[in-house]
Amino acid sequence: MSVLVFKAILVLVLFLISLGIAAYSTYAERKVAAFLQDRIGPDRAGPFGLLQPIADGVKMFLKEEIIPNVSDKLLFIAGPCIFMLTALMTSAVIPWGKALEFGGQIYNLQVADINIGVLYVLGVVSLGVYGIMIGGWASNNKYALLGAVRASSQMISYELAMGMSVIAVLLMSNGTLSLNDIVASQGTGKLYGFIDISGMNWNVFYQPLGFIIFLVCAFAETNRTPFDLPESESELIGGFHTEYSSMKLGLYLFAEYINMFISSAVIACLFFGGYNFPGIDYLGTVLPHNVVSIISVAALFGKIFFFIFFFMWVRWTIPRFRYDQLMRLGWQVLMPLAIINVLITGAVLTYFGN
Amino acid sequence: MENTITDFDHKNEYTKLNLGPTHPATHGIFQNILTMDGEIIVDAEQTCGYIHRAFEKIAEHRPFYQITPLTDRLNYCSSPINNMGWHMTVEKLLGVQTPKRVDYMRVIIMELARISDHLICNSVIGVDVGALTGFTYVFQWREKIYDIFEEICGARLTTNIGRIGGLERDFSPACIQKIREFLKEFPAILIEFTKLLERNRIFMDRTIGVGGISAERALNYGFTGPNLRATGVDYDVRAMNPYCSYNDFDFIIPVGINGDTYDRFMVRQQEMWESHKIITQALENLPEGKYFAEVPQFYLPPKEEVYNNMEALIWHFKIVMGEADVPLGEVYHSVEGGNGELGFYLVSDGGRAAYRLHFRRPSFIYYQAYTEMIKGSTLSDAIVTLSSMNVIAGELDA
Repeated sequence: MSVLVFKAILVLVLFLISLGIAAYSTYAERKVAAFLQDRIGPDRAGPFGLLQPIADGVKMFLKEEIIPNVSDKLLFIAGPCIFMLTALMTSAVIPWGKALEFGGQIYNLQVADINIGVLYVLGVVSLGVYGIMIGGWASNNKYALLGAVRASSQMISYELAMGMSVIAVLLMSNGTLSLNDIVASQGTGKLYGFIDISGMNWNVFYQPLGFIIFLVCAFAETNRTPFDLPESESELIGGFHTEYSSMKLGLYLFAEYINMFISSAVIACLFFGGYNFPGIDYLGTVLPHNVVSIISVAALFGKIFFFIFFFMWVRWTIPRFRYDQLMRLGWQVLMPLAIINVLITGAVLTYFGN
Repeated sequence: MENTITDFDHKNEYTKLNLGPTHPATHGIFQNILTMDGEIIVDAEQTCGYIHRAFEKIAEHRPFYQITPLTDRLNYCSSPINNMGWHMTVEKLLGVQTPKRVDYMRVIIMELARISDHLICNSVIGVDVGALTGFTYVFQWREKIYDIFEEICGARLTTNIGRIGGLERDFSPACIQKIREFLKEFPAILIEFTKLLERNRIFMDRTIGVGGISAERALNYGFTGPNLRATGVDYDVRAMNPYCSYNDFDFIIPVGINGDTYDRFMVRQQEMWESHKIITQALENLPEGKYFAEVPQFYLPPKEEVYNNMEALIWHFKIVMGEADVPLGEVYHSVEGGNGELGFYLVSDGGRAAYRLHFRRPSFIYYQAYTEMIKGSTLSDAIVTLSSMNVIAGELDA
C-alpha cells in the first residue's frame, strides 16, 4: 500500500470521524446539560436516545429552506459553507497517534506533516470568521449583522492572545512549528529534568499560564459560553444565524461542534502531550509497536473527549460576558498576561540555556 | 437600494432596531424601538397594548365572582395574589370581617405564590445573561408550588383560587403535608441556586450597576415592590398597610442600595427567605375555625346544602346568575403583589356589577421608566434590565 493511498484513506476516515464526533457532541451536549440541570435529556430515539443525532440530521435536511428575499443569495449560501469548510480543514495537521508500521513501511497518522503546522491551525481558524461574517451580513438582518460584528471583533481580539500563548510553547520546542515535532518532544525527556515518567513531559507543566490563556481563547474562538455573544439567543435571537433554516443552519451548528473537537485536539497536542501517555515507553517494550500506536490514538481521544466535556461543563455553568467586558478581558487581561508569559519563558530559557 | 445612506449626517448612521414584539427575551409581547449606535442604545421608545384584553371594561359587565378569573391573567406568575387581592377588595366594600383561619390560609397561598414569582424572575435574569441551568433547576420547585395549588383548588397556573369571603374548601391533610415538605426541602434548593449566581463574577459584572434607578426617580414614577425596595425605600404594603392579618407575622423587609439589577435580584432572593419564614409561622399557628366568612350573597353554599335546603338553593341561583346586589360605595384596596403594589379601585353605583374598576398594575408603571433606565447602556444590559424588573406582559396591558 503506497503512502498516498494510505493518506487518502486517512483523510476519509478523519472526515467521517470529525462529522461523527460532531454529531455525537450534540447528543453529548444535551445529555451533559440534562445531567447538570437535573433532567433526563434525549431518551426517545433508540436506546438512551443514541439515534437522536441521526433524527436531528434528518430533520435538518427535511426542513423548509428559506432564503430571505432581501438577502444576498450567493453569499447567504457561501457563509455556512465556508464555516464548515474551515472547520474541517484544521484536522489535517493534527498528529493522531504514533506512526504505524507495516512491513518496514512507516505510516504517519497525520495527513500532512507540514513544518508550519501551528501557523496553519491559527490561519485556518482565522478564516472561519469569514463564514460568520459573510453569513451574518448577507442575511440583511440587523440582529444577524450585530452577531456578525460581534463575532469578527471577538475572534480577531482573541487570536492575538492565542498566538502569544502559543509562542511560549514554540520557544520551548526549539522553535519548531510542526505539530508532530511539538507532540514528539513532549514524549521524551524528564519532567522538570528529574521526574522520570516516560511520555509525561507535557508542556502544561511548564506553561500553566499559557495553557489557561490558550483555553480561554479557545472558548472565544469556538463561540462557546461564556463567549457566545455572536449567537446569544436571549439577546440577538440567533445572532449571525437568525435568518438561517434547514441544513444551512445545521452546517453552522455542526461546524461549531467540529471546531470544538478540533480545539480540544489542538489543546491536547500543544499542552497535554498529544498522543503521549504515561508509561508509553514501557508499553513499547512489552507490546507490538502497532498496538502501542493504537493505544496512543485512544489516549489522544481520551484527552479530546475530556476537553469537549469541559467545554460543555463550562457552557452550562456560567453566564456570558457583555460585549465591552469581553473586549476588556481580551485586550487588557489576556494580552498582557500572554506577553509576560512569553517574556518569562524566554528569560528562563536563556538563563538555564535550554 | 433604498437602504443606502446618502446623507452622511451622523444621525443617519444610527440604526433602528425593533426589540420585540416577538423577541425571545421580552417574555411576553411588548415592543421597544431602539435607536442604536453600534451596541449602545441612544434612544428608546416603548410601545404597549399588544395583548390588551380590556379587562377593566369587561369587569364592568360581570358579576364580582366572575372577575376573579380576569385577575388570574394579570401577573400569571403569581395569580393567587391577584385573586386574593380582588376578593379582599370586595370584602372591604361589603364590610366583611374574615375569620382568622381564612387570613392565615390566604397568607400561606399568597406567600407561596410570591416565592414562585420571585423564583421565575430571578432565574430568568440568569437565562438572559446566558446561564440556563439555574432556571431549569428552580423550575421544578415552582412545579411543586403548583402541585400545592392544585391540591388546594384544582388549578395550577391560572388558579382562580378562593372565593369572596374565604376559600372554597379547607386545606386537605395532603395539602398540609405537601406544604410541610416544601418548607423542609426548599431552603437547600434556594441556597444552591444562590450559590450558582450570587457571587459568580461574570453574573456580578453583568448586573451590578446595570439598569439602575435612583430612589427619587423610582418614587416619582410610582415604583413599588422589589424594584422600589432595591433602591433603598422600605415600602411594603404588607407592613405599611397590613391586610389579611400580616401584622401577626414576624418578617423583615429587605432593601437594596443602588436600585440596579443586582440589587433587585438580591432583594427578591431575600424576600423568598422571608416568605418561607411567613409560611412557616402561618402554618404553625393556623387557627381553628371556619374557612369562610358569612357572606351568603357572594359565597356559594356547599353542594349538600344546595340540594337539601331551600335558602341555599336560592343563594346558589342568585350568585351563579349574578343577581347579588352590591352596596353603593367606592373602595381602594392594594396587596403586595409578586412585583409590586397591586391595587384595585372599585366604584360601585349599587348595581349588580362594578360601575368602574381599575387595576393598579405595577408592571405598567415600571415599563414607563424602562426607556429612561436603558438609555446609554448596551443591548445586553437592556435585556437584563427588562427581565430583572419582572415586567409581565399580561399585567402591563391588562
